[in-house]
Amino acid sequence: MTEALISIHNLSKTYRRGNQPVPVLLGIDLQIAQGDYVSLMGPSGSGKSTLLNLIAGIDKPSGGTLLIGGVDIAALEEDELAAWRAGNVGFVFQFYNLMPVLDAFENVELPLLLTHLSKAERREHVEMALAMVGLPDRMDHRPNELSGGQQQRVAIARALVTDPTLIVADEPTGDLDRKSADDVLDLLDRLNRELGKTIVMVTHDPRCAARARTRIHLEKGVLLSRGAEH
Amino acid sequence: MQAVYVLRLARKNLWRHRLRSLLTIAGIAVAIVSFGLLRTVVDSWYAGASLSSAARLITRSEASLSFPLPVTHAARIRRVAGVAAVSWANWFGGVYIDDKHFFAQYAVDADSYLELYPEFVLPPEQRSAFQRDRRGVIAGRKLARKNHWQIGDTIALKGTVYPGNWSFMLRGIYDGADSKVDENQFLLHWDYVNETMRALLPSLADGVGVFVVNIHDPSQAAEVSAAIDSTFRNSLAETRTETQKAFQLGFISMVDTILLAIQTVAYVVVLIIMAVMANTMSMAARERTREYATLKALGFGHGFVSMVILGESMTMSLVGGVLGIALTFPVAQAFFSATRDLFLVFQVEPLTVLLQLGSALLIGLCSAIAPVVNSRRLVIVDGLRAVA
Repeated sequence: MTEALISIHNLSKTYRRGNQPVPVLLGIDLQIAQGDYVSLMGPSGSGKSTLLNLIAGIDKPSGGTLLIGGVDIAALEEDELAAWRAGNVGFVFQFYNLMPVLDAFENVELPLLLTHLSKAERREHVEMALAMVGLPDRMDHRPNELSGGQQQRVAIARALVTDPTLIVADEPTGDLDRKSADDVLDLLDRLNRELGKTIVMVTHDPRCAARARTRIHLEKGVLLSRGAEH
Repeated sequence: MQAVYVLRLARKNLWRHRLRSLLTIAGIAVAIVSFGLLRTVVDSWYAGASLSSAARLITRSEASLSFPLPVTHAARIRRVAGVAAVSWANWFGGVYIDDKHFFAQYAVDADSYLELYPEFVLPPEQRSAFQRDRRGVIAGRKLARKNHWQIGDTIALKGTVYPGNWSFMLRGIYDGADSKVDENQFLLHWDYVNETMRALLPSLADGVGVFVVNIHDPSQAAEVSAAIDSTFRNSLAETRTETQKAFQLGFISMVDTILLAIQTVAYVVVLIIMAVMANTMSMAARERTREYATLKALGFGHGFVSMVILGESMTMSLVGGVLGIALTFPVAQAFFSATRDLFLVFQVEPLTVLLQLGSALLIGLCSAIAPVVNSRRLVIVDGLRAVA
């Protein structure tokens, strides 16, 4: 058994709507191994995006423990958590979330501004990442000059340019046509198989979920089942 | 490294809504021009006082400026310790053609007055021609140009203070020693006016409106002033002596309220554009909520996001500010030309430019406050869901 990268025990999250507590996650226990490729599935309101946000360190749990690479990220202060995200997590969003005024090169370079790399080293990393996603000739294109699929591939290049352990993807194909979605999923496959990245992906799409090695179903904030591994 | 990126992002964000940015920049430029122009108007009112020689005192009647002093005071003032020279002048107040052609006219002691005003530069032959001819006058270059006067022209004035129709001969045209000297004055012989009054209206004869007193040591102005006034204490014509600057400020104080209103309007204009700019920045920041949330998710801290917002705000306000400062000079020149001789000088002072620049910086800074505070409060997961 590969060592667990993500170790979740009795994790809960409750939001407040006015004075009313709204529980979203209830006592989640989950282990995700280093190098795994996990899809989180479930109907709207099941808590899958909330779980992804907690794993990505952009939200804080209400209870339980959440260890990632042995670090209790729930205990980190905001600045420490930001630094931890910069070094350990790559983000892929449904709507790409690229900076519209920056070209592809500058978008991919953004996370590297938080490192101590020189300009030449940053250029080398950015060119490598864009080559990996098949867009070496689109460096000076702005997002509005790229197709949806190309934008998502730039976003993936941005996610992997810092060489993070974990990549979180929230509906990465939700805004794409089938061909572009397949290209993006192929790319995520490669990141997992060839580079050993641990990927946690939220999706509604069973076809998309089928690409993952592990499928996890949530409903009403509770973990229902853990799908068979290929 | 991050600072370079902040500036690049700020610059690029600025042009995302070109029309909005251009209108805001134009608004800032107009506000800065207005601010500079209004301040220059106020400065120009005070220019006469600030240009006054520190070595000159003005002695007038203790009762009021409208009460003349006897010309015999001149000899006694000259004997006061510290006094270097004495001259005198009366407000003549004649009408040239009609009231619209107003200019300042002074009946002066021709021999001594020009000695005390070396800033009135006159060719020696014109000076002696003026001194020889009791009906002679000299006029400033701007005044002569405005009225198309040439040396030798006869100038007719209708007396108001000194009744009658007066006819003078232009004997000289003076230039200011520098651009700040008033070139709109008209000087005539006090002797000529006085002799005429002796014959026609003796009650107006031998009177002097003000004595101009030159002193050896400007730092002794207070002591010499007190000494002059004490010379005439308990006489029928007591005096009040003060520096020329204080004398000029006394006139300006009559319109103090108007000047205060102008200054207030200058600052209100800046406040208004600050509110407009703050609204622009708030709209821009609201549209970029998801981008700020993304930056935070990637690991950038509050500081970076704040600097992106501040950078955009400061860039916009500085572009508008610098444009406004550049435009202030030609606008001030046009204003000066349009108002003709209302102002002695009309120069945009370095302090005004500094205040304009400071105002632009303040506009940028204040406009960024609300968006920066909101961005610091931004919860990443909420921001990522935001729709522009």
